[in-house]
Amino acid sequence: MLRWLSQTLAVSALSVRTIPQRASSSAVAMVGIAGVVIVFVAVLSIGEGFRAAMQDAGAPDRAVVMRAGADSEMTSGLPGSNADLIKEAPGLLRVNNRPMASAELYVLVDLNKRSTGTAANVPLRGIEPEALQVRNEVKIIDGRMFQFGTNEAVVGRAANRQFTGVDLGSAFTSGNLKLRIVGIFESNGTVGETEIWCDSRLIQGIYERGNSYQSVLARLDSPASFDTFKNWLTTNPQLNVQVRRESEFYAQQSQVMSSLIRGIGYTIAVLMGIGAVFGAILTMYTAVSSRTREIATLRALGFNTGSVLISVLAESLALAAVGGLIGGLTAYVAFNGYQTSTMNFQTFSQVAFAFAVTRSLLIQGLSYALAMGLVGGLMPAIKAARLPIATALREL
Amino acid sequence: MKYLPLIWRNLLRRKVRTIFTLASVFIAFVLYGFLMVVQNAFSMGVDVAGADRLVLMHKVSLIQLLPISYADKIRSTQGVAHVGYSTWFGGTYQDKANQFAVMAVDNDYFQLYPEARVPADQVKTWLADRQGAIVGRASADKYGWKVGDKVPIQATIWVPKQGNTWFFNVDGIYDAEKGFDTTNFFFHYEYLDENRRGAYGQVGWYVLRIDDPSHAAEIGARLDAQFANSSAETKTSTEKQFLQGFVNQVGNIKAIIVSILAAVLFTLFLLVLANTMAQSVRERTSELAVLKTLGFSNGLVLGLVLVESMFLALLGGGLGLAITYFAVEGGSFNNAFLPVFIMRSRDIVIGLLLCCALGIVAGAWPATTAMRLRITDALRRT
Repeated sequence: MLRWLSQTLAVSALSVRTIPQRASSSAVAMVGIAGVVIVFVAVLSIGEGFRAAMQDAGAPDRAVVMRAGADSEMTSGLPGSNADLIKEAPGLLRVNNRPMASAELYVLVDLNKRSTGTAANVPLRGIEPEALQVRNEVKIIDGRMFQFGTNEAVVGRAANRQFTGVDLGSAFTSGNLKLRIVGIFESNGTVGETEIWCDSRLIQGIYERGNSYQSVLARLDSPASFDTFKNWLTTNPQLNVQVRRESEFYAQQSQVMSSLIRGIGYTIAVLMGIGAVFGAILTMYTAVSSRTREIATLRALGFNTGSVLISVLAESLALAAVGGLIGGLTAYVAFNGYQTSTMNFQTFSQVAFAFAVTRSLLIQGLSYALAMGLVGGLMPAIKAARLPIATALREL
Repeated sequence: MKYLPLIWRNLLRRKVRTIFTLASVFIAFVLYGFLMVVQNAFSMGVDVAGADRLVLMHKVSLIQLLPISYADKIRSTQGVAHVGYSTWFGGTYQDKANQFAVMAVDNDYFQLYPEARVPADQVKTWLADRQGAIVGRASADKYGWKVGDKVPIQATIWVPKQGNTWFFNVDGIYDAEKGFDTTNFFFHYEYLDENRRGAYGQVGWYVLRIDDPSHAAEIGARLDAQFANSSAETKTSTEKQFLQGFVNQVGNIKAIIVSILAAVLFTLFLLVLANTMAQSVRERTSELAVLKTLGFSNGLVLGLVLVESMFLALLGGGLGLAITYFAVEGGSFNNAFLPVFIMRSRDIVIGLLLCCALGIVAGAWPATTAMRLRITDALRRT
């Protein structure tokens, strides 16, 4: 056993060390695999970034209340009386007897993207004074919070970065709407940062919504209170609402886009992977045939077939590992943190996010590279192990 | 032509190498086809937009509604031939995931879209049926609807006066050329307006056909000026600009597609093919020298290698394109937001041109080596 192992190691080391002699054909396999890993990691980092921006926005101890049947805040509507009733539900966090809930409106305004100058649907959210205590992760990073009862507004960091017309101190006009931007806020890089926030009463007035809202965001006294809160609301005959944990709400809102990006990403990666395996097979066949005499000599000297087989696989895996590492690192350097925004089909509104090359993506990319190396090396390895010694030695 | 057997023989010399090179090139062009399909889907029909159609929407955002009274004012504007209006309904069928574009439209709406072909008798039934609907072939097939079926649609935006479900009768099914969205579901605006709880007399957007497409900008400006300083100001654009607006909202898909394509073509096509050709020329050094000795000119040797490279490129790439084309004929993304699933003839032509170009690029260096080969050196080398 030990002998077998030392033989295998010796032959494998020999094939790996002699890779530079087959530089051009080895490069084909390596660059091919690196290319697959770059594309794989890059495309999926888009999905990963989008998912993070959406799903990290939700907290388990917050609940979103909308009209039953509505599929997003935009399509929802709640009369003011409903909003008042919702704030009386048990399970809601109360500070100094004030319910920690914010009845909100969600409309769209057209802003131009900085990158292209083209119009984009940017969400404008009308909030109540409790909103910042409900969303306790939100911080004003520049300027100040707006004054309720005025036409002041604050803009999310990502919206400020991606779109024109909402710089600190500027006045923003759209139809009858006139806003003064007095502050910039952040919320851990999540979807909220793509929004503009102002007083909900301001939107009610300008958009002729009367005393109505679209959703109520509520902070629960603990994540476990969700069922109590939900049951009270959904069994109340005066209400026709749906209640969802905020984390689940955002997960659902990102479903279509995430699965679309993943579907396209994996299709491209699988197809490219198959192509790269063909390239790898070609490379390894070339390697085996250029070393025919060498391999036959080793076999004649008494090295066993297993060690020859493994040595070819080792070479192929070594090429794949290097290719995978190069690909993963290139994707990380080139794409991680790249800021962009897209329209979420489900909400019809813009979501700004950053490409996220996560550790798990890099591990997936490298594993994929090794799998390609293994599959690509298998057939040539078997061929090498089966070489008839006598004829092989006779070959040129 | 007489050199074809020679080229063919060379390809058969190392069958394994030829097969795997072809396979790699083949996959590269299957991917090319797939990426073009994705790009076409994300371009949302901009290519087939009607040049004589304008879309008039609320200036602030498409989600803001416009008064129905605008219809008459638009109709009387000079240069406008026909006006229709549409309202986004949303809605889901049976399951929340079953979404498609449901729109409440005016009675003459189909006159604006000759692309959507509905049998005349079905239109007649629809016009006489308040609860009638005309649905696209793709959705009808997907959900198994037939003319005469009663279809319940769950409300998302517009809640009916009672309950949460709207009921429609499928009176007609429209067909269209591939590339035109046939997932839509159209029903009467009056039915919506009578049964919703509020927002009465308001529509989503107007679609108008104009007499002369070259006057689109002026007519648009005239209309927008007419509604300026009202409570609902408007923005008029050509259908192409309107659709392009959505494409822009999603982001620069084209740049992403082109980058991926470049990576694919470089790694799976160019690199593999160039390496194969280089190896092949290297192995055949003495043979090439013999050919030259027999009187083959340098140019002819160059040409032979280039043709061999292009042959591999076109055979593999062409097969890849053909397979994707036939796969696309029968498939779809099964995604309500990307209903267009086509490969255009332009994509195929560009694909074939790319095959030729890359075949030449991949063969260029080996072919030059072969051309420059000096007979005496080459013969001595073996």
